[in-house]
Amino acid sequence: MPAFPAAAREAVHDDTLRANLRHATHTIRDKRARAVTELADWDRLREAGRAVKDHTIRHLDHYLLRLEEAVTAAGGTVHWAADAAEANRIVTGLVLATGEREVVKVKSMATQEIGLNEALEAAGIAAYETDLAELIVQLGDDRPSHILVPAIHRNRGEIRDIFRTRMGDWGRPAPEDLDDTPAALAEAARLHLREKFLRAKVAVSGANFMVAETGTMVVLESEGNGRMCLTLPETLISVVGIEKVIPTFRDLEIFLQTLPRSSTAERMNPYTTMWTGLGPSKGADGDGPSAFHLVLLDNGRTDTLADEVGRQALRCIRCSACLNVCPVYERAGGHAYGSVYPGPIGAILSPQLRGTASEIDATLPYASTLCGACYEVCPVAIDIPEVLVHLRERVVQGGPVTREGLRVRIRPAAGHTAERAAMRAARLLLDHPGALRRAERVLARTRRFRPHRLPGAAGRAWTETRDLPPVPAESFRDWWTRERGGTR
Amino acid sequence: MSSKDRILARIRRAVPAGAVPPGAGPDAYADIPRDYLTVHGTRTAEERVDLLAANLAEYRAIVHRTDAEGLPQLLAHLLARRGAASVLVPPALPGAWLAATEATRVHDRADATAATPAALDRVDSVVTGCALAIAETGTIVLDGGPDQGRRRITLIPDHHICVIHVPGQVVDSIPQALPLLDPARPLTWISGPSATSDIELDRVEGVHGPRTLEVVLLTTGDAAQ
Repeated sequence: MPAFPAAAREAVHDDTLRANLRHATHTIRDKRARAVTELADWDRLREAGRAVKDHTIRHLDHYLLRLEEAVTAAGGTVHWAADAAEANRIVTGLVLATGEREVVKVKSMATQEIGLNEALEAAGIAAYETDLAELIVQLGDDRPSHILVPAIHRNRGEIRDIFRTRMGDWGRPAPEDLDDTPAALAEAARLHLREKFLRAKVAVSGANFMVAETGTMVVLESEGNGRMCLTLPETLISVVGIEKVIPTFRDLEIFLQTLPRSSTAERMNPYTTMWTGLGPSKGADGDGPSAFHLVLLDNGRTDTLADEVGRQALRCIRCSACLNVCPVYERAGGHAYGSVYPGPIGAILSPQLRGTASEIDATLPYASTLCGACYEVCPVAIDIPEVLVHLRERVVQGGPVTREGLRVRIRPAAGHTAERAAMRAARLLLDHPGALRRAERVLARTRRFRPHRLPGAAGRAWTETRDLPPVPAESFRDWWTRERGGTR
Repeated sequence: MSSKDRILARIRRAVPAGAVPPGAGPDAYADIPRDYLTVHGTRTAEERVDLLAANLAEYRAIVHRTDAEGLPQLLAHLLARRGAASVLVPPALPGAWLAATEATRVHDRADATAATPAALDRVDSVVTGCALAIAETGTIVLDGGPDQGRRRITLIPDHHICVIHVPGQVVDSIPQALPLLDPARPLTWISGPSATSDIELDRVEGVHGPRTLEVVLLTTGDAAQ
């Protein structure tokens, strides 16, 4: 997969993609602004949400243990997974133990992150995505391009074509005369998936929140596919990042107000399901699964926690508001980020979860104009620009970071040699006023010879689309000395 | 070392403050600012019910109003208009509610073959009560109580009629709703019928859950709970 600059360069030349993205992001950002205006206390909810999340991640050990205790007491089983491979091994083992060879899935970023579907497939288990957008992505052999609306890059005509050609390969085919109205497409998905829901014995989900105090798991959704997966199968396996825990049931009063409005711009999403272990009946009344497994996923989260600036990314509640307002996302699309988490949040989350060793992750902190719109809309006030700048520094300078729990020193990333040399030269000059003065004079006197293009590959690329700033005939310091120097 | 120990050790190294109990120190749980509003606006009981009705309707639920006397006729009418031949009945739905309908009653029982997902899929409609409703968001909350039954009966049939006692079961806001709910119970929050916005962000009602949600505001005059 190419790094962001190359992927983005290609994406911005795709007119259909840009039109689809522009339509979608502008629709949602206008609606969101209206939904937020309805709440006079939005800023206070945002501050409370930030404070709850910050408090929780500072006491993460305490709340995770509390959660484990509560889930276990309610009849669930808790597993801990240090990385993706371990999480996949646990889930695969749990599914195989049921004797089943297929699972239905509720859309979940955590399982995307660990590549669970591929791991299950390798073990001979078919995983069916049941969210409409995830279904479109899965049938199209595609990758998600948005946190909330993974098929945002597809228009109705493209979706109809995917349904017509691919649904039959996975189960019930699309109707012969399928047209491209959203209602007809949703109906085709309903019929295709219902047969899977009614026979499924195992489901895999994530969760939006886990309540430490009570062991309650919370899933917000719109379509009802989540309810189907969380209710009908006999075994439910939830894979959840450790940062999703919140202290108390009461804390939901904040996030149930801010999450729907930030993500789908609704007062409330159509369906929210909450379950606590197997419930008071311990699964005996058939109201939900008779076995519940919670897999707590680290996979780089504790490394992120170790970074005092970057750890605020763990506050993220995956609303995707930052994607919808981002001018870079709007033009480049989600695929260009080469990361399960695209957009501004992806640009700070992925390089922290995965480290900045790869070219993709080293370029992600640069996938932004630092315009700050993402920070303005974030319902938990993550200062994404601050973390981007921090990560850029890490990429250029290298330095101490935590990887897999160990403090290591990373080397500066390749490709930033010129920038680093320029910064070193600048520091030298700024530390030596005499040298700076002489350099300024030389620059002023040679201004007639100033090139319009900078030399070298990087210099040429820079000046291809930018003018070099004009050099004045005289430096400010010389002007000051000449004009005012004598009087003071 | 187990993965649990490894993860906990990494957390404690990353945040040394994590060793301090969350009740003490500079970032105590009690110190989280909660100066947000518990309710957005002041309303009479009647206005609260009107707001609930308006917000439910905005998300395409069909709202009706009646009193105890008119309820059996209304439910019979709604089922007949839908052409429902069968209706799912939670274990303790008040008997009078369905007194006037001719639809076949299907009683939900966990152990019966009549209640398998495939069998439930053949039932036309379901009638339930609710735990409470939230006016500001247009939300109905089910908690598996005896007049609501198991989660699956309000999920599989395509037509759900939910009866809300007004004004008694209606609260203004989410912060008012949570203290009234028991997290140990299975909770389902419903705001309008099943919907998706996955295709060009165009909202389409009805994907996997009930495609038609009818809400009956049953005037009882009971005081708020």
